[in-house]
Amino acid sequence: MRSFTELNGLVVPIDRANVDTDAIIPKQFLKSIRRSGFGPNLFDAWRYLDHGEPGQDCSQRPVNPDFVLNQPRYQGAEILLARENFGCGSSREHAPWALADDGIRALIAPSFADIFYNNCFKNGLLPVVLAADIVDRLFRETFATPGYRLHIDLAAQIVTTPSGEKHPFEVDAHRKMCLLQGLDDIGLTLQHVDAIRAYETQRRQTAPWLFV
Amino acid sequence: MTSMKQTLYDKLWQTHVAHTQSDGSVLLYIDRHLVHEVTSPQAFEGLRLAGRQPWRAASAVAVPDHNVPTLNRSQGITDAISRLQVETLDKNCIEFGIVEFGMHDVRQGIVHVIGPEQGITLPGMTVVCGDSHTSTHGALGALAFGIGTSEVEHVLATQCLVARQSRNMRVWVDGVLGDGVTAKDLALAIIGKIGTAGGTGCAIEFAGPAVRALSIEGRMTLCNMAIEAGARAGMVAVDQKTLDYVRGRPFAPRGEMWQQAEDWWRTLVTDDGAVFDCEVRLDAGSIAPQVTWGTSPEMVVPVTGKVPNPAEMADAVHQSDGQRALAYMGLVPGTPLTAVAVDKVFIGSCTNSRIEDLRAAAAVIKGRQKAASVKQVLVVPGSGLIKQQAEAEGLDKIFVAAGFEWREPGCSMCLAMNADRLEPGERCAATSNRNFEGRQGTGGRTHLVSPAMAAAAALAGHFVDVREW
Repeated sequence: MRSFTELNGLVVPIDRANVDTDAIIPKQFLKSIRRSGFGPNLFDAWRYLDHGEPGQDCSQRPVNPDFVLNQPRYQGAEILLARENFGCGSSREHAPWALADDGIRALIAPSFADIFYNNCFKNGLLPVVLAADIVDRLFRETFATPGYRLHIDLAAQIVTTPSGEKHPFEVDAHRKMCLLQGLDDIGLTLQHVDAIRAYETQRRQTAPWLFV
Repeated sequence: MTSMKQTLYDKLWQTHVAHTQSDGSVLLYIDRHLVHEVTSPQAFEGLRLAGRQPWRAASAVAVPDHNVPTLNRSQGITDAISRLQVETLDKNCIEFGIVEFGMHDVRQGIVHVIGPEQGITLPGMTVVCGDSHTSTHGALGALAFGIGTSEVEHVLATQCLVARQSRNMRVWVDGVLGDGVTAKDLALAIIGKIGTAGGTGCAIEFAGPAVRALSIEGRMTLCNMAIEAGARAGMVAVDQKTLDYVRGRPFAPRGEMWQQAEDWWRTLVTDDGAVFDCEVRLDAGSIAPQVTWGTSPEMVVPVTGKVPNPAEMADAVHQSDGQRALAYMGLVPGTPLTAVAVDKVFIGSCTNSRIEDLRAAAAVIKGRQKAASVKQVLVVPGSGLIKQQAEAEGLDKIFVAAGFEWREPGCSMCLAMNADRLEPGERCAATSNRNFEGRQGTGGRTHLVSPAMAAAAALAGHFVDVREW
């Protein structure tokens, strides 16, 4: 997994609440058996004026000029600023895959849906929760300031604005460590093989019907 | 002093902690892993690349459901990309030794329908699947929740998940649901009350007299939609109904082992005096049949109500979301829901495709025909066995006589990954779980309702209050 330590990134604002994973990556693209290549279809129904299907050359499709990701000032954005309950709905990991594939490395919102939040960490994406009033301010500053960038320091757990304001954020210690070092969760869990086997042995006795 | 009284969720959680890590997160042992074709190929590929084998292949059961055609199945899948995904599942199951109910197996169906139906999911289990509606299985008193593909791979490789305990939330429903008011209406009313993020970070236990009174199928509908309230897991305590439902299912324990299991399962209830982090109370008697009007399940009103005015909503974010939703849905504030006409009707999905749902839909038909203005009514049973059962009861003939289409089992138009979908601008009464933009087809407009409400809308051509139907 790609590690995440520090980022000084251009911010793109998605100014609506409850953005669901069907919006982030519509279901027709879930038919892929690969993990990569979802980037051009990120927010497909909002991003293009035509109906998207897998296998199209997206560079030939008519883009929706009103959608933020298509606006020149947000090209190359690495930080997605969002409203409450971002990533709600389906568990599809294709959502963080699409975000990462399109160049997003971190997200900032007042809240995220649980499964999406979890999926981000498995893919080198950092979801940052900040208070709603702070997020609101960041939205205003982003809209008002072309080229608006934020600095995110995961080790220090701080988001810094261009004016030097510092916003600390919380992150689970295990997830932070994995992200900082780009560690594979499975490898870490397999360090505890003995504990898992011991649990299983005990469980085979107390609940044998689970093992037939 | 810390209370020793435990919630159902606490009990399920603690029973499955295989290891507690230094930072307080745990390795949660997973008893049952359900696998489908959409969220698993990259996980199997990950195993292959790392040279890993499944920890306990027998804990996994696979079924293709999202992509399968509901028409002319014997001819296979026309769409080459869908076909590849289903064939990839078949191949992976053979390679890794996982039991699969293939597309032509009569036991095939929607993963969340066949799990309980086969006794593959049981009370007290931890159940995961790469699908958010895994919360459904909590209806049996299991801890069941959806995971992403990386976690699918993690469970395959280690039988565990790295997890932290969620907060305990209880939704307590007093009273009795009125005639014509179902578990679906209850689920929508709860989401309308607490919002789509109301259960975020929580495991919800549904409890109270109105929940006890629900059939196991009804409890599945309720738990299914816990995720639409933001909660990864929803659950209902074990009672006699649970045991009666599970007994005799193909994968359920028998004989002495059943007795041992039952003894433990009976303890899977919240202790009197256990403390919840938050609690919401509703009165079932005050709930009318529900209809969603917008693009989020929380945008819901009673069928007796009107399309709301976004200008009257609580704050700027809700106002702009409401306006955007109405524009997408092509609705005008103040319109009575019963004046909203539908183009298509979908009866199916992991929310409402079980036998009692099909019976409820058939019961409102009473010899009538679908309205001429309604282009298509799909009835998609949740499994091959439900289809057989419905046909044995003659329900298929009632549907077909009314001009409805009787299909083969799968996820179908809930998310339109197969050929069943809405065209831009089409309006659908759907018994599924999500009314997100484009969910049932690009530009499609979804209104979530119960099976009886969907069938009645198909006959009337617009929403009607099924209680007066």
